[in-house]
Amino acid sequence: MENKQTPLGHIGFSIFAWIVGLLIFFPIFWMVLTSFKTELEAVSIPPSFISFDWTLENYAEVQARSDYFRFAMNSVILSVGSTLVGLLFAVPCAWAMAFNPTKRTKDALLWMLSTKMMPPVGVLVPIYLVFRDWGLLDTRFGLIMVLFLMNLPIMVWMLYTYFKEIPSDILEAARMDGATLPKEIIFVLLPMAVPGIASTMLLNIILAWNEAFWTLNLTTADAAPLTAFIASYSSPEGLFWSKLSAASTLAVAPILIIGWFSQKQLVRGLTFGAVK
Amino acid sequence: MGAIRLEKVKKTFGTLDVIPGVDLDINDGEFVVFVGPSGCGKSTLLRLIAGLEDVTDGKILINGVDVANEAPAKRGLSMVFQSYALYPHMTVYNNIAFGLKMAGESKAVIDEKVQNAAKILNLTDYLERRPGALSGGQRQRVAIGRAIVRNPAAFLFDEPLSNLDAALRVNMRLEITGLHQELKTTMIYVTHDQVEAMTMADKIVVLQAGRVEQVGKPMDLYNNPANKFVAGFIGSPKMNFIGGDYAKKHDCHEIGIRPEHVAVSTESGDLPATVKIAEHLGAETYLHVNAGGFGPMTVRATGEVPLGEHDKIWLTPEQDRIHRFDANGIALGKL
Ligand SMILES: Nc1ncnc2c1ncn2[C@@H]1O[C@H](COP(=O)(O)OP(=O)(O)OP(=O)(O)O)[C@@H](O)[C@H]1O
Ligand SMILES: [Mg+2]
Repeated sequence: MENKQTPLGHIGFSIFAWIVGLLIFFPIFWMVLTSFKTELEAVSIPPSFISFDWTLENYAEVQARSDYFRFAMNSVILSVGSTLVGLLFAVPCAWAMAFNPTKRTKDALLWMLSTKMMPPVGVLVPIYLVFRDWGLLDTRFGLIMVLFLMNLPIMVWMLYTYFKEIPSDILEAARMDGATLPKEIIFVLLPMAVPGIASTMLLNIILAWNEAFWTLNLTTADAAPLTAFIASYSSPEGLFWSKLSAASTLAVAPILIIGWFSQKQLVRGLTFGAVK
Repeated sequence: MGAIRLEKVKKTFGTLDVIPGVDLDINDGEFVVFVGPSGCGKSTLLRLIAGLEDVTDGKILINGVDVANEAPAKRGLSMVFQSYALYPHMTVYNNIAFGLKMAGESKAVIDEKVQNAAKILNLTDYLERRPGALSGGQRQRVAIGRAIVRNPAAFLFDEPLSNLDAALRVNMRLEITGLHQELKTTMIYVTHDQVEAMTMADKIVVLQAGRVEQVGKPMDLYNNPANKFVAGFIGSPKMNFIGGDYAKKHDCHEIGIRPEHVAVSTESGDLPATVKIAEHLGAETYLHVNAGGFGPMTVRATGEVPLGEHDKIWLTPEQDRIHRFDANGIALGKL
């Protein structure tokens, strides 16, 4: 091998990667830490690291003051719901683009993706008015629709990339074997694309879970997910750092845990022996 | 039953005219081989018959019924792909059974047919494996098994052996020929390997640039090629072409003579030549020679011949084996 790394260079890169990793992780770490402090310690300068009185009272109070599980339930319904609806549209779309491309397929994909570059606030008023007139404000259904549409370009893009890797021969073989189009997709394409679909779903659940702009603007109570739950702690009565941290920790914990356990699935490639 | 007839079948990709118009008759039970150089449209023609590509124009009749606008599944054909195209997430059993399941056969019927196919193809021990855990030859057999269980009107093969090593290729060639003798089903086989074409075919279709150059029995093509292209394509090593005065003597623009139809002598003959390279294979020897004004030629001598570089020899083409061509490369018939 030509450009073999020297051990020193290797160590250098490792250190660099660790520094970047820690920088990214630090805010989360600090948030979790703060959630176990009293409000007074939370704002003390210099901040204390480990040597403070660990307390669970923030969590108790957060749960007492607002119903965490109702918000969490909404988060689950919105993120999973919008992802499932998204799959329903994104799979056929990506299938068409990957296996029956035209000269304009790439352009169409880029155009879809480019809609993600527009700031959402640009369409806030029209969407708000539509929601108001159709009675969709603060409904789970309305929010699922918005989240699904917002993430659809990314789902199509990801699935397209995975589907491209699947040899079209195999789908043609299924066609020769007498499979109709839905059967070809359900029995042949989807099982082969499981890793790709799983990571697409996971990423979209995470994106939808963390989405704050639309969930905050279009909900008040009934459909409010955890983002609204967090936001309610940074409001009128002034800042309560440790309660806010406790609320945030509770809000991100489920998705962090899911992400942690599904790492393998996320990175597992298409390691089949179909061709060659 | 699987008689296939192509009538003025055309295929264009955008502005690219890949198949300008093919007429072809394939009889029931025939083993037909499409040969031709890379990019000549063999696969495209096969895929048109399969229904994996839509015809631009023309008719495809299977047992007298035009299926040009039918879905692949409706045509009752099976295809074996060059890449095997097995379903990687299914066991060998399910790979073979998939078509039967799609056809809504009962579990018992499926099991019987799969077991039967597995027995014919020596796959019984591998039924529970995934394709990823099989060798190339075994995968190829699974692909064939998947094709035969459906009892198709015809089998379509697109270069099924080109991913296999040489020894295995010879084996599988024999297996496929054996299978044809056993099943007596129409088979259409695409290859660019003319040895496969010669050994397996009842009928060879030579294609060039989407056109049918000649259709005929292997030996007919070998003995009576219709033009220079077919003459050069069928037979290995390639036919030698000689123009100039020697051709004039035979009253034509160019003559063709196969390497195996030239007598080699160290004493006398028609054409003087110098050996450049001698390939000794034991049973035969290929001599790549420089025949003076006639340019380079290849000749084949049987057995071991004690000749090497720079040796002077004489060549004498067998007169009744000389093919004559006009200026357009069309065969003129023997003198
Ligand atoms: N989907 C397509 N779009 C555009 N052109 C195509 C398409 N498929 C094939 N072609 C063109 O049609 C011609 C014939 O292709 P085809 O695959 O039939 O050749 P082939 O005889 O099978 O060659 P090979 O021996 O290399 O497999 C080629 O020039 C190819 O570039
Ligand atoms: Mg081909």
